Amino acid sequence: MKRKYFAYPYIVWMILFIVVPMVFIFYYAFNVDGTWTFKKCWETLSDGQKWRVLLLSVEIAFGTTAICLLLGYPIAYILSNMKKSVAGFISVLFFVPMWMNFVLRTYAWRAILEYALPNILGSKTTLTGTAGAVLMVLVYDFLPFMVMPLYNTLSKLDKSLLEASRDLGADGRKTFFRVVLPLSVPGIVSGITMVFVPAITAFTVPALIGNGNYNLYGNEIEQAFKVLAGKGDYSIGSTLSIILLICVLISTAIMNHFDNDKEGGSLL
Amino acid sequence: MKKILSLVLAMLLLTAFAACNTTVEVDEDTYADGDQYSYIGGELNVLNWGEYIDEELIALFEQETGVKVNYIEMTSNEEMLIKLRSSDSPYDLCFPSDYIIEQMIREDMLQPLDYSKIPNAKNIDPKMIEITNVFDPGNKYSLPYMWGTVGILYNTDMVDEPVTSWGILWDEKYAGQIYMYDSLRDSIGITLKYLGYEMNTRSEEEVAAARDKLIEQAPIRKGWGTDDLRSTMENGKAAMCVIYSGDAFCSMDGHENLAYAVPEEGSNVWFDNVIIPKTAKNIEAAHAFINFLNDANIAARNTEYIGYTTPNKAALDILGSDYTEDETYNPPQDILDRCEVFHDLGDFTDVFTKAWSAIKSSN
Repeated sequence: MKRKYFAYPYIVWMILFIVVPMVFIFYYAFNVDGTWTFKKCWETLSDGQKWRVLLLSVEIAFGTTAICLLLGYPIAYILSNMKKSVAGFISVLFFVPMWMNFVLRTYAWRAILEYALPNILGSKTTLTGTAGAVLMVLVYDFLPFMVMPLYNTLSKLDKSLLEASRDLGADGRKTFFRVVLPLSVPGIVSGITMVFVPAITAFTVPALIGNGNYNLYGNEIEQAFKVLAGKGDYSIGSTLSIILLICVLISTAIMNHFDNDKEGGSLL
Repeated sequence: MKKILSLVLAMLLLTAFAACNTTVEVDEDTYADGDQYSYIGGELNVLNWGEYIDEELIALFEQETGVKVNYIEMTSNEEMLIKLRSSDSPYDLCFPSDYIIEQMIREDMLQPLDYSKIPNAKNIDPKMIEITNVFDPGNKYSLPYMWGTVGILYNTDMVDEPVTSWGILWDEKYAGQIYMYDSLRDSIGITLKYLGYEMNTRSEEEVAAARDKLIEQAPIRKGWGTDDLRSTMENGKAAMCVIYSGDAFCSMDGHENLAYAVPEEGSNVWFDNVIIPKTAKNIEAAHAFINFLNDANIAARNTEYIGYTTPNKAALDILGSDYTEDETYNPPQDILDRCEVFHDLGDFTDVFTKAWSAIKSSN
């Protein structure tokens, strides 16, 4: 029995939905009206405004990841110390919203920020259209992606190590910082990757919650395709996509460097 | 228990359907004229904006002509262009806007209309024909379907001064209560007007001035919107927004505290025309559908459903003064005189696009 045949459907899938679209992106970035040229690409690269949008996206992605980590770690830690059955039940409650479509949840937030909350607070204006609102909804959407790998790592932690630490005279704080935290690095790393990458490519949240005020890189790419599509010009959008792809690759590479154990759900 | 539940659901569905059916009665005799609508058959692929036709009228047309209509929705003129450019484009009928039609004519993408097959074209207001001649000389390729202006919809509870200038959108009194329309040509266009320039300007300095003006607005602007602006305004969540007259007309119905104004500096008058692409297959049915849409009763019912203004004079006569006297729905001549039609900007579009990117990332 040759096992490798089982991989064929997967290879076909990869070629169709990963390799072919990539070829298209590169084709349109460097090919204008049938000739290969870097001119168009260079024009996009030298546009300072595009880099400012990228910077804003990176800032917001960093912010989202940091807040998710600060919120997610205690949650995962508490969950991992609970009785297995209780923890299981609570984590299910935690992940139930994720069964609902991401766009729907974002729309729900829009309704909350636009009508429900202002009405409760008696505020005249809506709460959408601010950087804080965008950040908050991003954190809400991606928090489970941080908690999940952290919970996995922490719950698999060998409890006898903690007892040993206690036996050798370390207090709770010291045990946490010298034993628990270093051992949970793989979980932290994959949590960061799983939040940072979708956050930097975020598109729906800034579009629906930001009132068009916080155009992130994904929105910039959409804009490039939408506005210029009438002229059949895909080069700017493709070039921007490649830049974003490079950013994602770099951040994943950095994260992989830290993740020596190759544990948890790394994306590459 | 289950049975009772499904019974209740069925009743609810029925009442919902009944509620939908309370639109104007179409006089069957007017359009069911055997000579006018003979059997055609085949399929007709219509590409149109969402919510931009009374779908019951499509069923009526199918019933009259035996044509199976496939109604496909689009979200932007640009999307439509991509679809029509593809070599195996199946579309027979489409409803693009003014400046796009100009571009399509330039690129030779359109089929000339055969007016012998559209006798109802006579129903269209000659005044509208005249304006649309600006981008389609002699209406060789297109007929107006809906039209309107761009203006300011404002809440009179929050704004107690008369709205006469675009300048109110830059008034710090209304900081955080102003929404702009998320569309490149409209937003830059009205800013150009406010600064005293033309909407179809080819001057880089003027576009740059409009760009800086919109960037300057950022601190007091609540955001950008499109279709969502209606509910925002109806719920009193903003003092004012830039909007199309058709949407304003719909929102003002039942909301006494909303008002619409076209500022004195002038604005844009826009048209969505019906066209037949060169690649169309069922040209016979396409013409029949255009003729059908221009039937006075059909056009009246359609405009009532959509809320956008029909250029069909015969339809307006049926609808009466509720519509014709309404300045939002049917702007009087003095408003039209200060409005401009958008033109295709050709290669100059790049200048607008660059300015737009800068504006949208200015916050």
